[in-house]
Amino acid sequence: MAPVITESTVDKLAHLARLSFEGESKQKIIKDLNNILGFVEKLNELDTEGVPALTHISSEINNLREDKVIQNITREDALKNAPKKDSFYFRVPKVIGE
Amino acid sequence: MENSIDKYQPVIGLEIHAQLSTKSKAFSSDSAEYGELPNSHISAITLAHPGTLPRLNKEVVNFAIKLGLATHSEINKYNIFARKNYFYPDLPKGYQISQHTGPVCSNGSVTIKNKSGVKKQIGLIRIHIEEDAGKSMHDQDPEDSLVDLNRAGVPLLEIVTKPEIYSSEEAHLFLSEMRKLLRYLEICDGNMEEGSMRCDANISIKKKEDEKLGTRTEVKNLNSFKNIRSAIEYEIQRQIELIESGNRVKQETRRFDAHSGKTFVLRSKEQADDYRYFPEPDLSPVVISAEWIEQIQRQMPGLPEELYEKYVNQFGLSHYDAVVITETKEIALYFEELVMHTSNYKSAANWVTVTVKSYLNELGIGIHEYPVSPVKIAELINMIDNQLISNHIAEKQIYPLMLTHKEKMPGDIAKEMNLLQTNDTGLLNELVEKAIEKYPEKILEYKNGKKGLLGLFVGEVMKLSKGKAEPKAVNRLVLEKLEGN
Repeated sequence: MAPVITESTVDKLAHLARLSFEGESKQKIIKDLNNILGFVEKLNELDTEGVPALTHISSEINNLREDKVIQNITREDALKNAPKKDSFYFRVPKVIGE
Repeated sequence: MENSIDKYQPVIGLEIHAQLSTKSKAFSSDSAEYGELPNSHISAITLAHPGTLPRLNKEVVNFAIKLGLATHSEINKYNIFARKNYFYPDLPKGYQISQHTGPVCSNGSVTIKNKSGVKKQIGLIRIHIEEDAGKSMHDQDPEDSLVDLNRAGVPLLEIVTKPEIYSSEEAHLFLSEMRKLLRYLEICDGNMEEGSMRCDANISIKKKEDEKLGTRTEVKNLNSFKNIRSAIEYEIQRQIELIESGNRVKQETRRFDAHSGKTFVLRSKEQADDYRYFPEPDLSPVVISAEWIEQIQRQMPGLPEELYEKYVNQFGLSHYDAVVITETKEIALYFEELVMHTSNYKSAANWVTVTVKSYLNELGIGIHEYPVSPVKIAELINMIDNQLISNHIAEKQIYPLMLTHKEKMPGDIAKEMNLLQTNDTGLLNELVEKAIEKYPEKILEYKNGKKGLLGLFVGEVMKLSKGKAEPKAVNRLVLEKLEGN
């Protein structure tokens, strides 16, 4: 099978995920992604004509909870692991637009 | 330009996000309430910590079914959720849980009515469940954006109309009808300023004779009724000018700026959104049974559309009265109770739309703070209808006391104040005599043909009786007297 993932696919995916790959690391991710797709491609050998797509492994349905407020953690807890914060907010590099 | 505008037909579709007024969030138990200090309503799930699993709030499904029933939608029996992937700091998971294929409601409709009461049905493509994102603030600090996750995970219903709205006026009507529905159902407070109801508009124009729709633009950030009207009007005009000058409308997302009243490009669709939707494996499917729908059906309140029809068709009220009464659920409930105690619907409507409403407007309060119960207004109306008191006395003397003396019924007030109307002929004849004695020269004029003077004498008798005389009886007695003499 011809490689599906090319340099331009990686560029596009990287942009969507706000990651950047250059030089060697780009070549490596192209290879990895193609390997993964090649592995999954094996499944296409099966005839799945007429078999509905499986979205959930478990047959459980309606796992719902009542509308009750349970406040488990505080703002302090929430901000604890943030790389950058002040006493109220998470701080992130400036992002403008949508 | 006048003529060229007439050549075009604007076509508008709306997307409305209604924030649901549940206590807790859609997929976690932290509070969904608005207005708390930043990052107070958070949980490990909201923060997207590894290993956490979402669990759906049952009330969210109940609310979706309610809106589905109220909009005559088909309710989807087998629901799964999808991940809508995009990268943004106020979306901690890196995806929004939404519904992609198989929205919970589809093919519904909402009826709008213009000022003259002319109806039009606007179709709904879909209503689906999703979660809100957090809030980013870009103007607080020169280097950083600040993120508040209180809103992240608050449940939303996204309502998408068919492109069947043809003017800014219709868009306004649709939106206010939708807000009314959400409020009647008590599933969303509809507060556009606080962002609990938000609206995007897809706008295009086409030549009137054309079948095919034109290229559309999507205008975001329409956070008030006024902005929606201005943005749509601006965008229609902009598109007409583009086409008239030989250009093309580009498919793009635009933002409305309320200060300038203009729309600006946010992004073009060439950098098309790529959300890479896939089924959310962490949430089990939601199966909505017929029993579940029936159970919700039983809890449904009277809806504005049904009440409007009843008021116009059965009660014979005007379009205006019916609209004013059904404007909020609270007023409608007040009126409903009122008409349980009087069958003079027209008069009941008048009291509510004029007297009660003006009191509420003057004090800026809601009807739950109005001091007079419907039973008392009904008694007052019935007293007028039974000619126990005149309209004038009811409005000017009894009603003001009802506002200040909550414990008293109007009948008691009338008795205590000696305001009950009289048709006691003996007493009335005395007053008629007095009135006639007062104006001997007018009697002559009357006899010489100035019949309009009858009103003068009747008025005089009414005055002498301090408004308590029953006008019809007075009229008859005065006439007898004048004609007999």
